[in-house]
Amino acid sequence: MINPSRRSRERSKNIEIRNGRLVDPAQGIDRRGSLFVAGGRIASLDTPPADWRADRVIEADGLVVSPGLIDVSARLREPGFEYKATLESEIAAAIAGGVTSLACPPDTDPPLDEPGLVQMLKHRARVLNLTRVYPIGALTVKLAGTTLTEMGELANAGCVAFSHADAPLADTEILYRAMQYAATFGHRVWLRPQDPHLGKGGVAHDGEVATRLGLPPVPAVAETIALATILALSREIGVGVHLCRLSSAEAVAMVRAAKAEGLPITCDVAIHHLHLCDIDIGWFDPQARLTPPLRGTRDRAALRAGVADGTIDIVCSDHTPVDDDAKQVPFGEAESGATGLELLLPLTLKWAAEERVDLSVALSKITSAPAELLGIEAGSLAVGRAADVCVFDPSAHWKIEPSALKSQGRNTPFLGIEVAGRVRYTLVDGIVTDVA
Amino acid sequence: MRNPQLNANGELTHLLTLEGLPPDVIRNILDTAEPFASIAEREVKKVPLLRGKAVFNLFFENSTRTRTTFEIAAKRLSADVINLNIGVSSTSKGETLLDTVDNLVAMNADMFVVRHAQSGAPHLIASHLNAHRRTHVHVVNAGDGRHAHPTQGLLDLYTIRHFKRDFTGLTVAIVGDVLHSRVARSLIHGLTTLGTPEVRVIGPRTLLPTRVEAMGVHVHTDMRTGLAGCDVVVMLRLQNERMKGALLPSAGEYFKHYGLTQEKLAVAKPDVIVMHPGPMNRGVEIDSAVADGAQSVILPQVTFGIAVRMAVMSIIAGN
Repeated sequence: MINPSRRSRERSKNIEIRNGRLVDPAQGIDRRGSLFVAGGRIASLDTPPADWRADRVIEADGLVVSPGLIDVSARLREPGFEYKATLESEIAAAIAGGVTSLACPPDTDPPLDEPGLVQMLKHRARVLNLTRVYPIGALTVKLAGTTLTEMGELANAGCVAFSHADAPLADTEILYRAMQYAATFGHRVWLRPQDPHLGKGGVAHDGEVATRLGLPPVPAVAETIALATILALSREIGVGVHLCRLSSAEAVAMVRAAKAEGLPITCDVAIHHLHLCDIDIGWFDPQARLTPPLRGTRDRAALRAGVADGTIDIVCSDHTPVDDDAKQVPFGEAESGATGLELLLPLTLKWAAEERVDLSVALSKITSAPAELLGIEAGSLAVGRAADVCVFDPSAHWKIEPSALKSQGRNTPFLGIEVAGRVRYTLVDGIVTDVA
Repeated sequence: MRNPQLNANGELTHLLTLEGLPPDVIRNILDTAEPFASIAEREVKKVPLLRGKAVFNLFFENSTRTRTTFEIAAKRLSADVINLNIGVSSTSKGETLLDTVDNLVAMNADMFVVRHAQSGAPHLIASHLNAHRRTHVHVVNAGDGRHAHPTQGLLDLYTIRHFKRDFTGLTVAIVGDVLHSRVARSLIHGLTTLGTPEVRVIGPRTLLPTRVEAMGVHVHTDMRTGLAGCDVVVMLRLQNERMKGALLPSAGEYFKHYGLTQEKLAVAKPDVIVMHPGPMNRGVEIDSAVADGAQSVILPQVTFGIAVRMAVMSIIAGN
C-alpha cells in the first residue's frame, strides 16, 4: 500500500491517457480520444489543457477508457469475518476489477448498526486510499428486525442508504416504519424481496432441479410476495425503494409494471443471475450455492431482458468472499456467496456481447446508474470530476482461476470459464494502479 | 460434467444415484445379485470377493437397519467392516466431512458406505476422491438427504423383477411422502430407466415435490384413481415429525385418505404386490392386514436387499 504523503505527490501528477475509446454513458460519449488528468481530477478530454506536460502517458490504443466502475454490493467482510477476507485483500480485488467505488451491505459482525462501526470502516478504507467505500447502514438494530437504527447518526457517519441485507424482516409494521423513517432523512431503503417464512431453510430454486436433487426449495413466490408488500408500502407512503438482487421472471414483470405506474423504484441484479441458472448446480456444486438461489432458464432470460430494456437499472457483483472450508461441504451446508469484484466487468461485457447491447449501455449499468442511486459524484468522465477511471482491454481473453484473482475468497461458479475484458489500469483520484 | 460415478470406460466405480445410469449397468447389478441371493441359503454364507478389503460404514445419520444390511453384505463378501456412527455431533468437533474421509483413506479404507442428512454428501466425497486420484477408493450412497437411496432403489427393482419378471408392461404406484423421500426418487429413476410404462406417485399435494412429473411420473392425489390397475404398490414411510403441522393435520386423517387398506387395494390388479422400504408405521401409511397379507413382499425385500448390496459392492470394487 502507498503511504499518504507519497499519494499526495502521486495525485499531483499529470497523466495523459492517449488515443483510447472514451466511453462515458453519463455524458453520452463514445468516441476515440484522449483523457487528461491533473491534480487528481479530469482536466480535459481530447485537447490538452494549456501548458500541458504529462508526467505519465498511458497509450490506450485498442483500450476502452471508462469511468471507474461502481459496485452497489460488495461484502468486504470487516468487521467480524476477517478470516474470510480483509479490507486490504478485497480493495485490492476491487482495483484489479476496475471498481473505484463500492457500497458494502451491513451484514458484518457486528452489523453496521451504530455510527462508530461505520466511522471505523470508513477510516480503514480511507487509509488504504484506493477504492472509495460507501457503507450501507443496517435498517434495524443487529439486523434483528425489531428496533430501528439511529439512521440520522449513521448517515452523518457515512452511510449512504439503509438495508436489511439478507436478514429476514418478518414484521411488516417495522418495514413500513423503517421506510417512513429513512425517508424523513432523505434516504432510500434497499430491500431484497424475500418472504421470511416461505422457503425458509431452502437452498435451491423450487423447480425440477431441486426436486431431482432433493434440495430444500425456495419458491419464486417467496420473492414476489415480499415484492408486492414492498411495492404496496412504497405506493402508500410515497417513498422510493431500491430493490436488490431480483431473481425471478415474475419479479421483473412486477417491477416493470410498477415503474410504468410511476413508482419511484430502482433495482439491481447480481451478475451470476444473468449467466447461470439452477441447472448449473450440476451434481451439487457448492460454488452454485447463492442467495437468492439461481432460478430457471426462463427467469434468467427475463433478468437479461430486464437489464437490456432498463427495467433493471444496475448490475452488481454481489461480491461475497467465502473461504474454501465453507465451500468444501455438502451443497446444503455450504456458505452462500461468490467472489465477484474482479468479474463484474468481464461478465457484464459477456452479457452485452451475447445480447448485442451497446458497450455504452452496458457500462451505464456499472457506472452512471449506480452513481445516481448512491447519490455520489462519480461514474462519469466529466471535466472537473475526481479522476476515477477504468482502462480496459475489451478483447483480452483470460481464464477465471483462483490464481488469477486477488480476492481472498476465490470461490465462484465461473471458475474455469474464459472471459473477455481485462482491466489494465485503474485510477482513483488520478492515482494510477497498473493492474495487468 | 461426467457422471461422477462412472469411470472413463463407463464402468461403475461409485454408486451415488440411479439417475443417469445406463440400463445395462442396472441390469448387471440385478443379475449379479441373483446368485448372491442363494448364498444366504447355504451352510457357509461367505464368498471371498472382498477378502482383505476394508469397508467403512460412515453413518452421519442414525440407521441401524440399513447399516446392518450393509454390514452383513460386506461380511458375506469377506470384507473387514468398520462401523463409524459419527452422528451430527462430529461437525461441532470441527472436523469436516472431507477431513474425516482423508483420515480414513490414510487408514487404507477401500470403500465407504455413506449415509448423510445432506443431499449430495456422497457426491462430494466421490468427487473429492476422484479429484485426488484415489480412484481405488469407492463410495456407496446409503441414503443422502432427500436425494437418493440407490441400493434401496435397486433392491426394489430386484423385488419387482423377481415377482413380475419384466418391467415393460407394469404400472407401479409410489404412495405417500414423496417430497422427503430419497427412496421414491431412486425408484422412479430405476423404473423409468428400465422401461416401466407407467409410474405413478400418489399423495396429498403438500407431500409431492414441485414439477415431480418432470421425473417421468403421473401425479395422483386420489388413491382410488392412483391405485387402479396397479401391478406394484410401494408405500413410503411417513416420518413422525411430519404427521402434524403445515404438511398434514393429523396421522388419522392421513391414514383415512392415504393409508393402504385391503379395501383401497381392491382396485389394483388381483396379483398386485405391496412393498415398503421399512420401518413401517402400521396404522399410519399401511394397515396391518395389508402389511402381513398375501400380497405383501415386504420381508422378501429385506432378504433381497443383502444380495443386491453384495452385488453393488463386488461390482464397484472390481472396477
